[in-house]
Amino acid sequence: MENQKKFVENELADMAQRMKRKVLDMAYHAGKNGAHLGGALSCIEILAVLYGSVAGVQAQNPCAESRDKVLIGKAHCVLAYYTALYEAGFISEEDLDSFEKNGSDFVGHPLKNIEKGIEYAGGSLGMALSVACGMAYRAKHKGNGSRVYVLLGDGECQEGSVWEAMMFAANYELDNLVIIIDNNGIQSDGTTAEVAGMRDLKGKFHEFGGEVVEVDGHDINALKEAFGTEHARKPLVLIAHTIKGKGVSFMENQASWHHSVLNEEQYHKAKSEIEGI
Amino acid sequence: MQEITKKNSRVWSRLGQRGTVCGVALLEILESMENAYVLTADLGHTSGLDRVMQKFPQRFINVGISEQNLVGTAAGLALDGGVAFATTFATFLTMRSYEQIRHNAGYQEANVKLIGTSAGFAIGMFGNTHYSYEDIALMRVIPNMVVVSPADATEAYLAIHQAAVYQGPVYIRLSDGLNTAIVHSESYAFEIGKAELLNQGKDIAIIAVGGVVHEAINAVEKLQALGINPTLINMHTIKPLDEAMLYELRDYRALITVEEHSIIGGLGSAVAEYMMGISHTTQLFRIGIQDKFVHPGEQGYVKSSNGLDAEGIYAYVKRVAESFGSDA
Repeated sequence: MENQKKFVENELADMAQRMKRKVLDMAYHAGKNGAHLGGALSCIEILAVLYGSVAGVQAQNPCAESRDKVLIGKAHCVLAYYTALYEAGFISEEDLDSFEKNGSDFVGHPLKNIEKGIEYAGGSLGMALSVACGMAYRAKHKGNGSRVYVLLGDGECQEGSVWEAMMFAANYELDNLVIIIDNNGIQSDGTTAEVAGMRDLKGKFHEFGGEVVEVDGHDINALKEAFGTEHARKPLVLIAHTIKGKGVSFMENQASWHHSVLNEEQYHKAKSEIEGI
Repeated sequence: MQEITKKNSRVWSRLGQRGTVCGVALLEILESMENAYVLTADLGHTSGLDRVMQKFPQRFINVGISEQNLVGTAAGLALDGGVAFATTFATFLTMRSYEQIRHNAGYQEANVKLIGTSAGFAIGMFGNTHYSYEDIALMRVIPNMVVVSPADATEAYLAIHQAAVYQGPVYIRLSDGLNTAIVHSESYAFEIGKAELLNQGKDIAIIAVGGVVHEAINAVEKLQALGINPTLINMHTIKPLDEAMLYELRDYRALITVEEHSIIGGLGSAVAEYMMGISHTTQLFRIGIQDKFVHPGEQGYVKSSNGLDAEGIYAYVKRVAESFGSDA
């Protein structure tokens, strides 16, 4: 924790801004392979706050016993994830530039690589929360103060295994576990309400025994405050209300941008919108 | 770890594979390894884990009826440096949580030990929901996974101790039951991946795995009375397969695999895959569950109705031997 760079608000905003630029560059350079843009842009601020401020990750000592761990369930958000790891000093610019190139370790879903800060190979939805529970249980058992953060998609919460794990987290009082839901309301085929009848996520997580807080997932200050919520003897669940494709007009709230190819014209338009030009 | 003595073998055979692993070996492992955890999905009592839960309440974890979470949580403990033993019925463990096993344990090389109980049709009248004769096939196709199926309680004791110190995911398939047959009653150099030669015969080799090894032993005794002396091998590890042992059998007239498992994807398939890759003159026969759901009943009934009891194995081998004429 001591080595952790603590960003002030502006620095976190700057970090998020750099991440967005990089996300668009990477998606554009991925060419015909396309990339998961919508769900990356929805969790930029969440990951910026986590990696830039809240989580005690240690790029200089990635295997430190007492490190906090960040697991990504909705790991199709790799564009945001890799750029956050870059900002936190885990991965290099070359790593980022190798995105979706044959032979690269940085493909469409992350490969486990502790040295690079990737604690878990996410990508199969519904799996990460159980693994996070196991890690949180062990950290509590060891008593080393390590915390476990896990980012899930709201669509991901349609997986039954999420609720198996949530029951466990509450039953074993995993108060060193923080679950962040990137609640952008949209999945591959449409809205979460239309496709799967997702309704009151807050109520669901509350009933399953979590300390639930709703927060604007694009508001850095609000996120920081939400992460600080007391959650004695309970896992903390942050339902971060976000916009899929945030910041790019033609992507916002469009299911079609869940995974898509960015052409040159779109790239330049997106870039200028992100820069507020 | 205790010595293998006649007395221990007798005691353990009464407890059976599951009782010995869950009631004896796991307790010893938790005592000697402070990073070991035991997880169950609501089968603590049924599996005989009572002493584990009483003695190590913090390292015994009951996840409830949630096998996906069982494997996921075990993987989380393991990825953080723990050694996690996750156990429930083999059917639910390997099938309900299959992708968790593939993704968390296999792909990410989590140091989890999956203990599938009541494999085959050991659970008798519970029927097909609780049987598993697909689990070897499912587990062995996952990269990094080791697959072991002990022949008796003593071998299960040795296997679990060895799995505990092996780094990486292991599936241990337990053939249950109380008052089980003894295959090993004295000190035995068990090693994962090294098959055991139980009888050196000629022409025909029976390669058996799991709780039906003792049925094969009884069958061999009956065959010997007829003057047929097949080689008998206990292939307790299906993956990695003991290829050196199989190589020696390449020019036998016949290899006959015996498993309380489907003939598709299990030991028989593994042996076939190996043999087809080398020059050989042998012919392979597979005794096991044909491609069907069995009619449920007590274990002995299901065994005998599928040719997996001593009598069935004896009759099958005799038929094969007779088909070769008097020179076999």
